Amino acid sequence: MEFYLTAILQALCFSGLAIGIFISMKIFNIPDITTDGSFTLGGAITGVLLMAEIPPSLSLLVVMSAGALAGAFTGFIHAKLNVNPLLAGILVMTALYSVNLSLMGRSNIPLFNISTLFSPAFFLQDLNQNTFIVLLVFVVVMLLVIGYLLKTDFGIAMRATGNSETMIKALGVNTNRMKIIGLAMANSLTALSGYLITQFQGFADINMGIGIVIVGLGSVIIGETLIHWLKVKSILTNLVLVIAGAVIFQLVLAVTLDIGVDANLLKLVTASFVLLIVSLPRVLSVQR
Amino acid sequence: MLKISHLHKTFNTGKVNQVIALHDVNIEIQKSEFVVIVGANGSGKSTLLNCISGSIFPDSGSIHIGNCAVDHLREHQRSKWIARVFQNPLSGTAPDLSILENFRLAALRTSSKGLRIGITERFKNTVKDRIAELGMGLEAKVHQPMGSLSGGQRQALTLLMAVMDGLEILLLDEPTAALDPRSAETIMKTAAKLIANHQLTAVLITHNMKEALAYGSRIIQMAEGQVRRDVTGAQKTGLTPSNLYEWFL
Ligand SMILES: Nc1ncnc2c1ncn2[C@@H]1O[C@H](COP(=O)(O)OP(=O)(O)O)[C@@H](O)[C@H]1O
Ligand SMILES: [Mg+2]
Repeated sequence: MEFYLTAILQALCFSGLAIGIFISMKIFNIPDITTDGSFTLGGAITGVLLMAEIPPSLSLLVVMSAGALAGAFTGFIHAKLNVNPLLAGILVMTALYSVNLSLMGRSNIPLFNISTLFSPAFFLQDLNQNTFIVLLVFVVVMLLVIGYLLKTDFGIAMRATGNSETMIKALGVNTNRMKIIGLAMANSLTALSGYLITQFQGFADINMGIGIVIVGLGSVIIGETLIHWLKVKSILTNLVLVIAGAVIFQLVLAVTLDIGVDANLLKLVTASFVLLIVSLPRVLSVQR
Repeated sequence: MLKISHLHKTFNTGKVNQVIALHDVNIEIQKSEFVVIVGANGSGKSTLLNCISGSIFPDSGSIHIGNCAVDHLREHQRSKWIARVFQNPLSGTAPDLSILENFRLAALRTSSKGLRIGITERFKNTVKDRIAELGMGLEAKVHQPMGSLSGGQRQALTLLMAVMDGLEILLLDEPTAALDPRSAETIMKTAAKLIANHQLTAVLITHNMKEALAYGSRIIQMAEGQVRRDVTGAQKTGLTPSNLYEWFL
């Protein structure tokens, strides 16, 4: 049971990543894989700052700004220099590997005896309960902020940028600027996930971001399936279902481990699972 | 109102597939003039409109709107004067956004899209009233995604969206080409009414000779990237289908 609870907590840590991918892929229609780098960037900065006894609140600000900057770079390379978005993402992700390594100064930073976001509060002694409540606050705040933003005039313009670029240019929106802002937002949220995971697992690692984009993608795709099934229109509910997607995704991985699949095969299982959910609707509709 | 001087545009310069799309085009359009542009496929009509809107830039020449030289302004910057209706009904609207959200953006064409919720009850009622004037029953569907409507319905709404915010110039590039004849007629009537009511300066490209005769106060024929004919006033009104037919021989 403990095991599944951990999976849910981990999923809540990944909710920023999932919403980030939702923004870049679903709202802007841009395949952005800066993710692997910006996730680790979030983790690396968290490790370094917490070790230097900078409080988690201030570290959070730095992490989210750094993630935004990474995304803005990708956005700039794609929108202003006219480089294919996949390539732009790969370039920034690759560059970030060196940045992260220099920041950390070594490949792993353990957070022994360091006070983190999840250190027991005086009113809650149960560590898991404490973690759950802290994460829930993060998720709810994020949902409310992003949900509100997407409903504002600016948010509608954002959504139109990915949906009908011809139209939104004619309606006076600088779409290049919009894409840069969008990717900055997405990667800021991804870095937030790196920040949460690092404190949750108690260490930052240079390889923590490898293949992490698939976790975000999987969550968004599951979320999207739910959105279709339930015929959801409200933006806020859309976001909630994407986070539900992240939870389902982590639970499925927990089940695979629980039934004894070798942990070394986890990435293979992850990729296969995402392939399964992507292809299932098509396989089913061909048979019909 | 709109002054186009010595406009040149060549695509794929220096390559085997080089095309001279515009060659020394000069047109001066007065305020509230309704200009119809006709011409064979590939004669440069869309390129001209795209240069005016700023979605492509000419190789040389200049464009003035009023007293302002707009040559260095990009499309989103020129949108404070210009609204467009495209040939493809899909281009003028965002399919996944609701009708109301599309109208909200259109209402902000000349101003910034800020961090506030602009779709209020009052805004919704304004939009519903405007849409009701079309007589298509779409006012009951403002929360539906734009993509659920037919091409004709979307094109009619695109026209209305153009006048949600202040504008000087309306550019229409074959707005009815993708529609059935009945929708096409509705669209043209709506367009003519809006142009007259708002005293807009309008440029309409059409392949439909009936439309070219029925609408507008001036007609320009383009051929091979140049202005071939330019007919105004009583002469335009006096044109017959056979006159027009002869132009294309
Ligand atoms: N983006 C482009 N790249 C290359 N050639 C183009 C482009 N746009 C238009 N052309 C060419 O320029 C010429 C004029 O095109 P266009 O202005 O679209 O004509 P019209 O609208 O009168 O049918 C055509 O030969 C067309 O093939
Ligand atoms: Mg054309």
